[in-house]
Amino acid sequence: MSFEWLHPALIATALVLAVIGAVRRVSLWRAGQPDQVNLMAGLMAMPKRYLHDLHDVVERDKYMSKTHAATGGGFVLSAVLIILVHLFDVDSQILAWALLASSALMFVGALFVFKRRLNPPSRISKGPWMRLPKSLLAFAGSFFILTLPAAGILPEGFLLQTGNVLLTVVLTALIIWGMGEMFFGMSWGGPMKHAFAGALHLAFHRRQERFGGGRSTGLKPVDLSVVEEFNPATSDKQVLGVAKPKDFKWNQLLGFDACVQCGRCEAMCPAFAAGQPLNPKKLIQDMVIGLAGGDDAKYAGSPYPGKEVGNAKGGPELIITDGLVSPETLWSCTTCRACVEECPMMIEHVDAIVDMRRFLTMEKGETPNKGAEILDNIIATDNPNGYSPASRTNWAADQNLPVMSDVKQAEVLFWVSDGAFDMRSQRILRSFVKLLKAANVDFAVLGDEELDSGDVARRLGDDAAFQNLAKRNLETLSKYKFSKIVTTDPHAYHCLRNEYQDLGSNALDGVEVLHHTTFLNELVQAGKLRLDSFNGGTVTYHDPCYLGRYNGEYEAPRELLRSLGIEIAEMERSGFRSRCCGGGGGAPITDIPGERRIADMRMEEVNSTGAELVAVGCQQCTAMLEGVAEPRPEVKDIAEILAGQLIEEVH
Amino acid sequence: MPLNVVSLVSVGRHPQSGRQRRAEQDGRAVELGMNLKVVQNSQLTVLHAGASSEPVLRTYAGMGLPELKVLELAEQDDAVPALGDYLQSANADIVLTGVRAESGESSGMVPYLLAEQLGWPLVPRIADIVSIDDGVAEILLALPRGQRRAVSVPLPFVASVDNAAAEARQTAYGPGMRARIEGNKAVTEVDEVRAGWQESDAKPRPKRLKVVKAKTAADRFKAATAKPQGKAGKVMKSESAKEQAEEIFKLLLEEKVIK
Repeated sequence: MSFEWLHPALIATALVLAVIGAVRRVSLWRAGQPDQVNLMAGLMAMPKRYLHDLHDVVERDKYMSKTHAATGGGFVLSAVLIILVHLFDVDSQILAWALLASSALMFVGALFVFKRRLNPPSRISKGPWMRLPKSLLAFAGSFFILTLPAAGILPEGFLLQTGNVLLTVVLTALIIWGMGEMFFGMSWGGPMKHAFAGALHLAFHRRQERFGGGRSTGLKPVDLSVVEEFNPATSDKQVLGVAKPKDFKWNQLLGFDACVQCGRCEAMCPAFAAGQPLNPKKLIQDMVIGLAGGDDAKYAGSPYPGKEVGNAKGGPELIITDGLVSPETLWSCTTCRACVEECPMMIEHVDAIVDMRRFLTMEKGETPNKGAEILDNIIATDNPNGYSPASRTNWAADQNLPVMSDVKQAEVLFWVSDGAFDMRSQRILRSFVKLLKAANVDFAVLGDEELDSGDVARRLGDDAAFQNLAKRNLETLSKYKFSKIVTTDPHAYHCLRNEYQDLGSNALDGVEVLHHTTFLNELVQAGKLRLDSFNGGTVTYHDPCYLGRYNGEYEAPRELLRSLGIEIAEMERSGFRSRCCGGGGGAPITDIPGERRIADMRMEEVNSTGAELVAVGCQQCTAMLEGVAEPRPEVKDIAEILAGQLIEEVH
Repeated sequence: MPLNVVSLVSVGRHPQSGRQRRAEQDGRAVELGMNLKVVQNSQLTVLHAGASSEPVLRTYAGMGLPELKVLELAEQDDAVPALGDYLQSANADIVLTGVRAESGESSGMVPYLLAEQLGWPLVPRIADIVSIDDGVAEILLALPRGQRRAVSVPLPFVASVDNAAAEARQTAYGPGMRARIEGNKAVTEVDEVRAGWQESDAKPRPKRLKVVKAKTAADRFKAATAKPQGKAGKVMKSESAKEQAEEIFKLLLEEKVIK
């Protein structure tokens, strides 16, 4: 009796099932909305993106990157060789030896996966993921043994001899287990799904600009023509934002499926740490439930703080906030992008959250707490607190600032932002003006013509209000000539630099948009400012999310501090891993309760450096950190620190 | 037959920017109407006298109204005859308005003139409609300092909605833009009196400085919250209706309201 047909048949079956699963999975993604992606170019670029962009992120955890390279690399190689050697029966000792090597490599990698799973950190998911290292070992081990005869180490047919029934049965069982996990599970929703969906996600990512070291952080505008050009036949079916999983773009759905549940996002999320009901990993898993249908009973990771797992149900045609994800979860996010920055699969959590917020705000009118009031104010007065638009320049009554409507052109346009209405922020503005004047910069402000940048409205999901403000701001900007816009507000900076470009105006063509720390650094480097050295004790620097992660500016503020002779006592979470102050994304407005305040946690980190002064580059961060109860270190914007050290010429 | 509630809405004006907006009190009138719709299973019509192209109407619709009715009027037309004419034939049970408009004449006379024209009772400054049974509504009137007075009013009636009523819900952009805003031909009557007026901006007047007499925090709290100790007037609760009426009559004579 010969069983020579057995293993090839098993491999063929597993592969056919995998293909069927893949087709089924693709059809789930295709339920989403169309998006412009170059499919071929994406597929061609995929291996490079995997080796560079993805692995750069994985590399932050050296243990895991090596483990993954061995396991993943070994598996891909083995899979190809298995098909050649065992399915097509290519008679080549070289191939067989290569397969032995690759499966051995995979086996070694899998041992390290196994070791890590012995005492796993709380952020990684358990459940089926605990089975994965054993499945990897089964796959690699069984194919290693199966290949021995082909490599000539064991006699041909040794494994299938009738005398070795037990060995054959055990080996076959391991092969079925291994292939069940690795081939079948990959496309039918097992842990290995991350490899299949992840590879395609890299190819068809919604933000292609992110690859190759690029940055893409601006939110995509909502197509408002859906309701503006009203057509009763179709308009009722199209919603603003995302109500149901099928309202996401298809490649967003694909992105959710790529999640490996490593929980790095969870470990970084400030809302999760504060005990607010948000866990980015669970959110993405809930999106997977949404796209595939079902409930979260099998989810084996950390829950949303304060919420039990097992009650969420969803499907592609079901409204997400009716039973899958609670609105508080969506409103807990500060849009700090710490999760996105940390995600090895390059999933876009913040995009998804804002998409769903858009539905809540623009279709349901359910922005929590102060949301509705702030949005009403923004619409009626162009600033979030409802101050008279005619009082926007009151802060500068004694500053004698050149106003664009008078001078028509200047080298630098100083974008004042809504800090103009806040007495604490006005101190930052005054300091910056003092520095501009000391460096003899040719600058002007828009005065009362300036409007809110639209940042808060957009993060609260009211893209209609954002687009309205942005268009009116762009119209004002197009009237004047300037080569740079400089602002002290990273949120306005982000909008002007990354989000206004989608609104079809050329007002900002050829204009450099800069944060004030970048601009001041240029001035200091050019020797335009004479500064005394600083000797006010230990200083630490808090990276604003919208300056750092959103715009990649980590160096200029630090260089400025160093130019004052300050040695920065860095916090453990700094640079691209900086923790949010809790003030972004409209979070102070929607104010979802947690166990702690994010600003308090951040101040604890400041305290652990022993700093007496926190340097900040954002009025929102200043407000949040100063909101922490004393005793605590002093909080100052870099412009204020610099203005304090300015050597003024006496005439 | 379900109750027929009509909420009248006007174009509001933001106190700081002067920009057009959903009027505070009119928004509350719509909110009250929408809540009655749920509790009483009544029908709600939201009605505006003016131009159907007015964008502010979308902010009322954004509260979740599938449609708004507009009586097409030109700038110089008087709203009252058109509204009165419509309400007469509309079979309305309750008409809700704001206390006074935020733009235009802002006289606060519309509910009174409508009530007069329809011959219905006017209930001024209501905070809530608690219940409606057998054609009688139990209403809470808003009095200063958070006080309320319960009154029963037979249907139909006109009521003006005070700032003490439930705040208008958030307006959502999508439903607002999708709502059907239906312009109807209306009785037009040019407001002759107004046509003769000259309008000019109000001059800011000097503000009287507020002298704080209270010495302690307790005093200040009392001043802010306590019921003012009225020097005149009296509360009559247990007396007979006849005695109460006589007292009112006496007061009206004293105040020279009737002679």
